Formats: sequence, structure tokens, C-alpha cells
Amino acid sequence: MIVAQRKSIPDLLEIIKNHKKILVLGCGTCVTVCLAGGQREVGIIASALRMAAKLKGLPLEVEELTIERQCDNVFIEQAAEAIKRNDAVLSLGCGAGVQAVAERYTSKPVYAGLDTAFIGILEERGVWTEKCAACGACVLHQYGGICPVTRCAKHMLNGPCSSSHEDRCEVNPERQCAWQLIYKRLKEIGQLDRLKETKPPKNRSHSQDGGYRTIIREDHRV
Amino acid sequence: MEPEAFEPKIVAFCCHYCAYSSADLAGSMRIQYPPNVRIIRTPCTGRLETEYFMKAFENGADGVLVAGCLEGGCHFVEGNLCAKRRVNYTKDLLEEIGMEKERLRMVNISAAMARPLADIVIDMVETVRKLGPSPVKQNSSSKQESRK
Repeated sequence: MIVAQRKSIPDLLEIIKNHKKILVLGCGTCVTVCLAGGQREVGIIASALRMAAKLKGLPLEVEELTIERQCDNVFIEQAAEAIKRNDAVLSLGCGAGVQAVAERYTSKPVYAGLDTAFIGILEERGVWTEKCAACGACVLHQYGGICPVTRCAKHMLNGPCSSSHEDRCEVNPERQCAWQLIYKRLKEIGQLDRLKETKPPKNRSHSQDGGYRTIIREDHRV
Repeated sequence: MEPEAFEPKIVAFCCHYCAYSSADLAGSMRIQYPPNVRIIRTPCTGRLETEYFMKAFENGADGVLVAGCLEGGCHFVEGNLCAKRRVNYTKDLLEEIGMEKERLRMVNISAAMARPLADIVIDMVETVRKLGPSPVKQNSSSKQESRK
């Protein structure tokens, strides 16, 4: 899932300072699971904004709404009326959600209330970890399901480096060396011979190259 | 004519297994404590979320007291520890907003601690009285939109 975290209340107040009526729009998908932009967080942030505005003597009306998914036009439609009766939208969706809403309602300012951080998983209660860099050319099959692009601090495809201590990463000793994990996993599944292959440099043209990426499935187009 | 003395309005979220029972015991023992607290019984303080505290303040509470079981004594093992973390998170949020974090307090007591509960309430009322009325209430001008 996409993991995000909220911006601070002073930052949010600064973002919406020119508006008197705003809609705090939550998203019921990834950001609900990572406790950043679901219905509950919409309630908390809306309350915080109302109180902060009152303390500063600013006139501010805040409406709350959470839709199932902000990155999908079918669900965005459900927010049409609420968006129409407000001056601006403070979206608690991920970066994709904010842009999807903004593209749909071009006459209304749509602001991001969250900082979208990464694609990751819930490691334990209250702890999320990045697992995927969305590099566009997955190599997980070669590394026992552990991604060196994301989890190795040096993004090494032919690791480990010479500086890991025990099973710790030299960049951050609190973290396990990704290559130690890869070695252990490949040994466990009997695929250690994969490490004998020297991998060529990664083709980075699949990501962060030439602007945004698009996937087109002709078989699904109408 | 002298202005009316400020009487703080304090919402007290009390765990059914400890603080609520101790408030009951305080009544049976005829122990007096200020009538400024509005007690809300909860099945466990672990049931409480940040949203509850925020809504209480937004709707005019001058202070919020969260009273859970002694640490290690929660009926649901660690509900009071969850509440402690949420209270701390909310205190940080109140500071971000510009409110005094002392308006929110969590205490741990057992069902037999009627006298300490009364002392806690007295202290909380005095703390909030010194802080004055909630600034949210004072500057209240805009109407709260109902939750959609």
C-alpha cells in the first residue's frame, strides 16, 4: 500500500489560509490503513483546523467527507456536491488521489494535506516500512523476494558491500543488511547459485526518466 | 456587578473497571469533589481515540481527564497503555494548534482509590481554572459543520 503521513497543523493552516470554507476529503483505501487520511483522521484534522482557526480568530468552516477511493473517478463523483459548496479541498489522499481530484474539478483549488512517503507494509502496530521503489523492472525473483533496490542503502544488485557488520547495515546500524537477508533466504529455498551470476547494471529507464509513466492495455481499452 | 467566576467544564473519560467504580465509591463514602467534571463511562480507556479528545475540546470542554486502570492492571491487558500513547499524541496535537497541553491529562487509579480520585479531580479543576476558559470557546465564532 501507499504510506503517507499528515502535515503539521501550522503547515496546513498556511496552505488553506486564503479560504473560508474548505472540504477535508479523506480516502478509504491506502491512507486509511496507514492511519493518515481515513475517516478518523479526517475528523481529527478537521477538528484541529477548526480549533486552530478559532484561536487565531480566522473565519473558517470545515466540512468533512471520506470517499472510498480518491484515485478513481467513479468514487470521486461522490464528492461532487461537497466540493461544489466549498472554496477549496484539502485532500487527505496520496499524491495520486490529490491529482485525480484536482484534474476532475479544475475550478477548485485542491491541496495535499499529507506527505506521501512510499510503497510499504505494516511491519508491526504503528510501524510502516518501505518495501518497493516502483522501479518499473522488478528483480525480486532473482533475490529470494527481498528487494535490494529498495532495502539496500546502496541499491546494490551485486552485494553485499564490504562494510556490513555482522548482519547490520553500515549506513544505519539499526537496520539489517538487505544482502544478509537475501543470502539467508536464497539458502533457505535452495537457490544460492543465483548469487553466482553477476547482474548487469539496472536499466533505470523504466523509472524517473522522461516524465511520468503510463501503462496501456489495449485489450481493456474501449 | 462582579463578573461570574470561571467554573471549568471538564470531561472525564472513566474506565468502567477502575475510575468509574472509584467515583461510585467516592459517592458511597460521601467524599466531596468539585462538580465541574462530567463523567463518561467507557468500557476501557483503550476504547478512546484521539478523535474523542479533540471533539470534546472542540465542543467546549475546558479540560479533558482520562482515568484508566493502574499500569499492569488493565482488564484488557494493555488498553490503558494504548490510551496513554493516544493521550500523548493528542497533547502534541494540541500544542501544534496552540492550546495548552495541560488541559488534557491521563491518570491511573484503581477501583478502591476514591480519595485519590477526588484529589485528582480537585487538582485538575484547579489547573484548568488557572489556565482559564478554553481559547477555542472564547474565540468561538464559526459554526461547526455537521459530519457528513
